[in-house]
Amino acid sequence: MEDQTPPFFERGPSPLARFTFFALLSIVLLFADARLRYLEHIREAVSVALYPLERAARAPGAALIRLATFFTAQSTLMEENEALRLKTLELSSKAARMDALAAETRQLRKLLSASTRSDLTLQLGEIVYAKRDPFTRKVVVDRGSQHGVRAGQAVIDESGLVGQVTRVLPLASEVTLITDKNQAVPVQNLRTGARSVIFGVGRDDVLELRFMPVNADIKVGDTFVTSGIDGLYPAGFPVATVANVDRSATNAFARIECSPSAGVNRGSLVLLVLENRALPEKPPEQEPVTKSVKSKKKGS
Amino acid sequence: MNQSRAEQPTEILLPVNPFFVAGTLAAAFVLNLLPASGQALLWRPDFVALLLTYWLIHYPRRLGFLLPWLLGLAMDVAEGALFGQYALGYTALALMATLAHRRVLMFDIVPQTIHVLVMLQVVKLIMLLVRMAEGAEFPGWLYFLGPVVAALLWPLLTVTLILPQKPKPDADRV
Repeated sequence: MEDQTPPFFERGPSPLARFTFFALLSIVLLFADARLRYLEHIREAVSVALYPLERAARAPGAALIRLATFFTAQSTLMEENEALRLKTLELSSKAARMDALAAETRQLRKLLSASTRSDLTLQLGEIVYAKRDPFTRKVVVDRGSQHGVRAGQAVIDESGLVGQVTRVLPLASEVTLITDKNQAVPVQNLRTGARSVIFGVGRDDVLELRFMPVNADIKVGDTFVTSGIDGLYPAGFPVATVANVDRSATNAFARIECSPSAGVNRGSLVLLVLENRALPEKPPEQEPVTKSVKSKKKGS
Repeated sequence: MNQSRAEQPTEILLPVNPFFVAGTLAAAFVLNLLPASGQALLWRPDFVALLLTYWLIHYPRRLGFLLPWLLGLAMDVAEGALFGQYALGYTALALMATLAHRRVLMFDIVPQTIHVLVMLQVVKLIMLLVRMAEGAEFPGWLYFLGPVVAALLWPLLTVTLILPQKPKPDADRV
């Protein structure tokens, strides 16, 4: 029918055709991003272009906060100062003892000819905003590749592990919180020393220990710290405490719910941890393994 | 203001200024960038989708499909979403608005709002399906509250965005 319209009524492709074109384009992009991760550079470029806009959007809120801090009462400040001074005293005495212990440990390790523990480089960052995507748990920290941040760094606050840097942009970086559904952290039970992996479930303040046998030695109140065997998270940061253990026989595994130690969705100051550790080289990839199996078979 | 536009033929509107359209869309984009977290994340309206709906319904041929798609890509980066999630949603919005624009404008403000609500919900649903296909958890029914808040803003939009196009009062007429 439309073939007979005179050329001055020509309207180009139909809406449905245009929709199909752009929808297919979007789906191709979705696949390229979700499955193949081809588009990180484009994302970086666009995010830099958007940075001034984001700053502009945050400006009114930031100004309000600054105004509020300006009008903080003298008495509150004095109280806070006093509390902080006490805290400093307490912590510095602890730190002095820690130094002595660390020296002792180093000496003992040397006697045992075990490798020495590595140093940690800490960098202070501020959480500028939470990512506005309701499907994931991510925050943006105001330190980026310009400040030497690298993807994979652990992020902590004063009481434990908060998350991990998953995407580094030039002026900011994206931190995936440990409560994100796709985030897993290798941990170790402080009481028993048993190692396992703790997962986020996509809800605030809940972490889950999966695939633990029903009779696993885990009690409510047990603390899990990072085990450090993954080469990413430095060992010894508190991650979670067990909140609830469900050992119903209907499930193959015990359901163990934990609550994170750190204020994962509170607080605004975090530390980005970089561990200067010389890891042994990764074992070679698949092929040599199959070869050795074959040669063993030949030998036997 | 309860009268439908079809019933007020006496007033001929001025042509829309493209810079005004671009300006409102840019403002909506900045509004979308406002920091939010927790519950606010869920009921926060998508201003860009709302403004796109308005301009698409009033000038479907001026906007086309490319602009919504590009705005969707910009949103994808800004939200840290999957590349193409918002782009797909806004493309579907463009299709719905383009096909329904004559129909929607015939109605009073309340049925208009309901039409817009349905369109915005479909966009949200498409984005939800995309994310769940990728493996995300269902974020809860509050997820569908954002379009409701946005639709409540629709009457306000129809009153304010038309203002620059009103003809200047004629001095010769009394």
